[in-house]
Amino acid sequence: MTAVLAIHDLHVAIGQRGTATNVLRGASLEVGAGEVRGLVGESGAGKSMLGRAVLGLLPTNAVVSAGTIHFEGRDLLAMPEPERRSLLGRRIALIPQDPMTSLNPVRRVGAQIAVLLRRHLALSKRDALGRAAQLLAEVAIREPRRVLELYPHEISGGMRQRVLIAMAFACDPSLVIADEPTTALDVTVQRHVLQLVERLRQRHDAAVLFITHDLGVVAKICRTMTVLHAGRVLEEGETADVLARPRHPYTRALLAATPRVDRPAEALRPVPTALIESLWSEAYRLDRLAMVGPA
Amino acid sequence: MVDLAASALTQRPSRWPAALARGGRRLWLGGALVGVLFLVALLAPLLAPHDPIEQDLMSAQLPPAWMQGGLSGYPLGTDSLGRCVLSRLMFAARTAVAVALIAASLAAAIGILFGLFAGMFGGWIDQGVSRLIDVWMAFPPVLLSIVLAAVIGAGLTSVIAAIVVVDWTRFARVIRAETMVQLQRDYAAAARVLGLSRGQLLRLEILPNLVPLTVTLFAVEMGIAILVEVILSFVGISVAGDTPTWGGMIVEGRQIVYQAPWIMAFPIGCVILSVIAFNVLGDGLRAALDPVQRR
Repeated sequence: MTAVLAIHDLHVAIGQRGTATNVLRGASLEVGAGEVRGLVGESGAGKSMLGRAVLGLLPTNAVVSAGTIHFEGRDLLAMPEPERRSLLGRRIALIPQDPMTSLNPVRRVGAQIAVLLRRHLALSKRDALGRAAQLLAEVAIREPRRVLELYPHEISGGMRQRVLIAMAFACDPSLVIADEPTTALDVTVQRHVLQLVERLRQRHDAAVLFITHDLGVVAKICRTMTVLHAGRVLEEGETADVLARPRHPYTRALLAATPRVDRPAEALRPVPTALIESLWSEAYRLDRLAMVGPA
Repeated sequence: MVDLAASALTQRPSRWPAALARGGRRLWLGGALVGVLFLVALLAPLLAPHDPIEQDLMSAQLPPAWMQGGLSGYPLGTDSLGRCVLSRLMFAARTAVAVALIAASLAAAIGILFGLFAGMFGGWIDQGVSRLIDVWMAFPPVLLSIVLAAVIGAGLTSVIAAIVVVDWTRFARVIRAETMVQLQRDYAAAARVLGLSRGQLLRLEILPNLVPLTVTLFAVEMGIAILVEVILSFVGISVAGDTPTWGGMIVEGRQIVYQAPWIMAFPIGCVILSVIAFNVLGDGLRAALDPVQRR
């Protein structure tokens, strides 16, 4: 079985040539068909950058300095722009982080879904709106016809997130990148959103790369997981294995720092500073080695 | 499934009343004043009690009707050639409104075009347009207009051309900045991930969000255009001598300001009132079109 997404030895640097900072230092990752992979790491680990690199959304001052990203066997980085754009939204979709700001405030919800369907499925305006209503019903929005007529500020944050999830799965993508989709929501809505993502994933048979800093979320819905730190992959494997028998000390420290119902709050320990420092100095050492160039 | 009673219940309230309420007194006051100005300009031949260029040397320099020696046939008195001041003010309003509308529209069209290009493409295109604007703005506008009038000759066209040539930079700068801001927004990134082309992105995501700003700027620009027209007709490079303009009336009134101060006072009052009207309207529109309350 070939992987839907295969990232190999990806290096991304941000900034001018002289003062560039590495954000990804040779990260590799595979997502198989229908697989749900959690990508975890603290803030600054480079997990969002990795997602953005796949989507071609890197900031203008960032460059991919080495490595490859293959989607269904095709090289995303070498692909001409129009071809890549025809994949986006259709074969690769994004569930964005912040539902409050990810919909255009001045256009109706229906129009925003319809433009996607018309672009990729070549539907007429009428059919697109009909399909959009079906999609909204699929994410448990009541009165979908009415919601299509509303502007984003007229619906709640949870509803906006469901609209965005519906849009992500609208064209039956084979890969959905979920960039911390639950971070901006409160805990009660979070669970619904997770269930929804899982249900739609099964129905549309998509693979999901779930970017999050929440190990609890990973434990709930991801079959496999990858731990990222300072732009490097520290550990990966089946979620159950990794959480039960973490091999890397950083993963172990992360687990000890995650609150759990069956443990008193006093048992929580922050990730030791010494560990983080040693990881960063290792990353910087690699940077210096890379700068000298291959011997 | 669609139930008539239910859909009537959940009908979305119109957004117009809300917008009008947000605009508040400024919107009403500005709108009313501008409306009166436009009506007077449009209906000048019907409203004016006299022909604006008809001279009556027997009744020259009459004071307004309510003052000692005034005639009820000349509500605002007459000028040194015995022409009705009220009629001249009304016909001068036609010139002012025509200049304001045409000049502001052209300036907006050119400025928006340049601003969109600079904001959308960035890089050297942005650098080029921005430096052009900088150089342009360093040039004194009145001098530019006089040079222009000298080249194309005096007349309404040269007044409009002068305003457009000077003021397109106002639109270009603001639109460029706002386009860049919009492009950075999450929904612009989200739209790019849907696989939309640059043109679609511009048309669907950026332009609708520029409307409030453009409308506001347009109202303010009309006030500025009226002021510039007055300045140019004051220095005598506006329309031909027998067409009444507020600036021309001020010049004529200046020579006899000690004997008949009202001849100069009325056109000045008109200019001040209309510029204030446009600014207040612009202020009200900004509040009305901005769904987020900012006081």
